[in-house]
Amino acid sequence: MTIRFDNPDRPNSYIGKTVPRPNARKLVEGRGRYVDDIVLPRMVHVAFVRSPLAHARIEGIDAAAATGVKGVLRVFTGADLAAVCTPWVGVLAHLKGLKSPPQNALAVDRACWVGEAVAAVVATSRAAAEEGAALVEVDYDPLPAVTDTMSALDADTPVIHPGLGDNLAFRRLHEEGDVEAAMASAHKVVSARFRTARHTGVTPEPRSILVDWNPAESQLTAWHATQAPHMMQSVLAEHLDIPESRVRVICGDVGGSYGIKVHVYPDEVATAAIAKVMGRPVKFIADRLESFTTDIHARDHEIEAKIAVAKDGKILAIDVDDWTGIGPYSVYPRTSAIEGNQVVNLCGGPYDFANYRARTTVVFQNKTPTCQYRAVGHPIAVAITEGLVDMAAAAIGMDPVEIRRRNMYADDAYPVTSPAKMRFEGLSHHASMDKLLTLMDYDALRADQAEAMKRGKRRGIGIASFIELTNPSPFMYGIGGARISAQDGCTVRMDPDGSVVALSGVTEQGQGTEAMLSQVVAEGVGVTPEKVRVITGDTQVTPYGGGTWASRGAGIGGEAALQAARALRHSILEVAGAMLQADAGSLDIRDGQVVNADTGAARLPLEELGRIVYFRGDTLPKGLPRELVQTRHFITMDYPFAFTNGVQASYIEVDTDTGVVTLLKHWCVEDCGRVINPQLVDEQIRGGIVQGLGGALYEEIHYDTDGQLLNGSMADYLVPMAAEMPDMVIGHVETPTLESDLGAKGAGEAGTAGAPAAVMNAINDALRPLGAQVTEMPFTPERILRALGTITD
Amino acid sequence: MKASAGGYARANDVPHALQLLALAGAAGRILAGGQSLVAAMNMRLSDGDMLVDITRIGALRGVTDTGDSLHIGALTRHAEVGTDPLIRTHAPLLTEAVHHIAHAAIRNRGTIGGALAHADPAAEFPACAVALGAVIHAEGPEGARQILAEDFFEGVFTTALAENEILTAISVPKADAAETQIMEEVARRGGDYALTGLCLVRRAAGHRVAVFSAGPAPVLARAAMAALDAGDIDGAVAALQAELDPPSDTQASAGYRRHIAGVLLRRAVERSGGQGA
Ligand SMILES: Cc1cc2nc3c(=O)[nH]c(=O)nc-3n(C[C@H](O)[C@H](O)[C@H](O)COP(=O)(O)OP(=O)(O)OC[C@H]3O[C@@H](n4cnc5c(N)ncnc54)[C@H](O)[C@@H]3O)c2cc1C
Repeated sequence: MTIRFDNPDRPNSYIGKTVPRPNARKLVEGRGRYVDDIVLPRMVHVAFVRSPLAHARIEGIDAAAATGVKGVLRVFTGADLAAVCTPWVGVLAHLKGLKSPPQNALAVDRACWVGEAVAAVVATSRAAAEEGAALVEVDYDPLPAVTDTMSALDADTPVIHPGLGDNLAFRRLHEEGDVEAAMASAHKVVSARFRTARHTGVTPEPRSILVDWNPAESQLTAWHATQAPHMMQSVLAEHLDIPESRVRVICGDVGGSYGIKVHVYPDEVATAAIAKVMGRPVKFIADRLESFTTDIHARDHEIEAKIAVAKDGKILAIDVDDWTGIGPYSVYPRTSAIEGNQVVNLCGGPYDFANYRARTTVVFQNKTPTCQYRAVGHPIAVAITEGLVDMAAAAIGMDPVEIRRRNMYADDAYPVTSPAKMRFEGLSHHASMDKLLTLMDYDALRADQAEAMKRGKRRGIGIASFIELTNPSPFMYGIGGARISAQDGCTVRMDPDGSVVALSGVTEQGQGTEAMLSQVVAEGVGVTPEKVRVITGDTQVTPYGGGTWASRGAGIGGEAALQAARALRHSILEVAGAMLQADAGSLDIRDGQVVNADTGAARLPLEELGRIVYFRGDTLPKGLPRELVQTRHFITMDYPFAFTNGVQASYIEVDTDTGVVTLLKHWCVEDCGRVINPQLVDEQIRGGIVQGLGGALYEEIHYDTDGQLLNGSMADYLVPMAAEMPDMVIGHVETPTLESDLGAKGAGEAGTAGAPAAVMNAINDALRPLGAQVTEMPFTPERILRALGTITD
Repeated sequence: MKASAGGYARANDVPHALQLLALAGAAGRILAGGQSLVAAMNMRLSDGDMLVDITRIGALRGVTDTGDSLHIGALTRHAEVGTDPLIRTHAPLLTEAVHHIAHAAIRNRGTIGGALAHADPAAEFPACAVALGAVIHAEGPEGARQILAEDFFEGVFTTALAENEILTAISVPKADAAETQIMEEVARRGGDYALTGLCLVRRAAGHRVAVFSAGPAPVLARAAMAALDAGDIDGAVAALQAELDPPSDTQASAGYRRHIAGVLLRRAVERSGGQGA
């Protein structure tokens, strides 16, 4: 049965509506259960001794003083844990040439970044463990640190891992058409150098894990703040030599993840290894300071790029040379080559053009490892593309909206394959742009800008179109050999009281997955959403799935839930048909009642059906199937990814005396296909925009040339805060994917993808009359003044 | 990280607090609003402290009019400074400063005495005290003494206060009838410490300019003040920039801070209604 989502008056019409989040009250009342809330009998705490040097040989570790601290039970070195935990290598077969050395849970012989764990102190309290950790004496022999990306491959730069031959982790060149020829004959060629700063995703709840090993059951249980419980089950099983079936990963409430919590962290694996050795529960909660040096970083790219345009604004060619430094290891198991690879895949994304060349060069450094963080690679690719397009528009004297209109794929052009070989099933660039211009009243805003100028105020408008990769298939990780599930499952069951339980393989990180699942299941079965209890995040309980990443929860997990819910509805109606001696096809379920499909007349409450099935099954016909538990799985097959699209606009004011940029307003129109819950989607977009604005104006991790992290605290690493955030107007165009009945694509990352470029273009719109331009993020007051030539020393 | 305090005691009055401080010796540390101290302890930048909690000493709290000046008790919270009518009337620079200090929760706890004793080079109140020509009141085992604000701030987190002394109050001369008091600052985000900030006081006796977050302690810009007294704004900006030797850090370079000090001075002068005396 196909749901007519476009009919808001249909029965059980929860898909497409804002329904309350089932977990909101619990979280607001402080009754959530995060890993740190869990206390187990005989539980101990671990704190890590971390390298103060970016690169050093470990000559010796003296734990005598530490073990003397009251409460300290044991100190582990890298060698101790290497005996019980095998190292891993963060490579994937489809990323050709990607190399990385084996990485251990605790550094063995050598520390490769400031913050790498070199020893672990276990104690009866975190305070005692920290006390002990401060007393562990590590004898370091400093080695030269590699900190600069662009010179990492130079002959005179030391090689971090001599066994690998050089500091090159990965390089990919993609070429389509004839870029040189197109550039040579173009009306205008514009080039620019872009820089995106090193970020980290500051999660409200830090990384957290509590692991228990029960030798009597040979079972390892990890309570883990993670996005991907099943992936972690595989990883812990493999490296601790436990059968996968004997590892249970439980993920309760998670206080934000943004991609930070989808990776394998050495200190978390070390915690599991220690639990196995000690045979008692071990808890590790990262503190904010160690999070800065150990949570993955991202976005540290330097790019040289060119665009060639014809007189009429048609894009003839785009040429991108992208470099990124990823730290000393490629992060396991998703690898640190994906971000650069995404830049190659995504540049030029909205535009129909022929000649494209992009190269990414991924090098090792002695800094915190980088890996996937919300909107992986997109903010970089969008900044490059949209920055170039605006510069080209300025060079030929064309309005930034007009040049985009002339180049964006027509809304009826799909399916198409981009010059980067990305396949688009259906996008809506023009409809989205139309909606954006209406929402922002583009002409009125231009008038306001001119008016402000008369009062000496420099205002700017920036536009950024984008595409966003969501609903990934196994082409993302699985084909490279990683045990990362692209399919997902959902089990839906009806209990005797007529309520419904849904168990899903996608996870709740605070983004509202459980609300989305509850309304999909409610509509699919025919009950109200509050009758649906959702269970996620337990590998021993839920169907196998991938969890939260690449904006897949609604598109993949939601479709599995819809199919399972419909299957349950079918089973219920089959029983109801027998009970009512009616044709199951003439019945329907609405608001928890079996009704006549044509008249809507109530026939049987679900609790009565439940009572009969579970307690008086003797009264039903022998042989009648009464399977009130149904499971369905979903995987995308037609496209490697479901691309979404959208366009953002930013209106800003630059104080040209101080360099301070004020965000006046922000707009985003995006197309994530079917919108299941408008409020959740809007808030995802807004939250994503905030993170993008952070990248544009505030966030930047600084290292000195010795590899010391200089601003690793909330006082010095500036995240975007409420007072500076502009009003955001969000609009939608809906182009459902045809791969699923639900039609949903992802919405979690689009905000982050486009916001930095929109702000950059707005600032440059304001500065252009002064002959200044900024391309290095974040756009600090100082960078603005340097671009203006106000300060030169 | 977990803080590791050496001990904690609550003082009933100033003599009791001094006694507790003396007992604790070098480890003794006054706990006021805790908005700087507790953060430092939680990062283990400070450990083993013997905390002497003075927050229950009622005598250290509140604003009184003493004729020529206002007496502001050390425990007066930032939020109270921000709304106090006497301060608004007689020392509006402090009222304005509060809007730049941190966020509401911090302003509800942080104390003016704590801010002065802590002497963060980027803090607003120390610079206000210097610009206003305020007097710091201290009490120690040898009795009470008064220190002129411009002699009080010695460097980054260091003041003329001895280890066994308590800062009890600050007294601020009342503004004269035509006096203007202005604060200007640039910060990356609302509530952040300033990249650089400036206080301008224009009173009958002449201009006073104090710059913060541009050196180890608030800078009383005497040459700039003289130029302003002479009505030379360009000269004042040049003199100010020559008087500063600001630090570079991850937020801004010395060059940026020096430039901004000049911009802020111009803005302050413009707001104060003209070219000076
Ligand atoms: C996020 C954040 C942002 C902030 N932003 C700003 C800002 O923009 N501008 C700004 O100025 N401040 C800022 N602060 C600091 C805040 O104003 C503090 O409250 C203030 O600096 C210290 O006051 P307190 O009462 O909290 O002192 P405490 O933290 O209790 O003490 C600070 C130090 O002063 C000593 N001390 C305190 N009182 C006395 C006394 N009476 N006699 C002797 N010694 C004493 C203590 O022993 C300690 O060494 C910020 C703080 C935070 C947490």
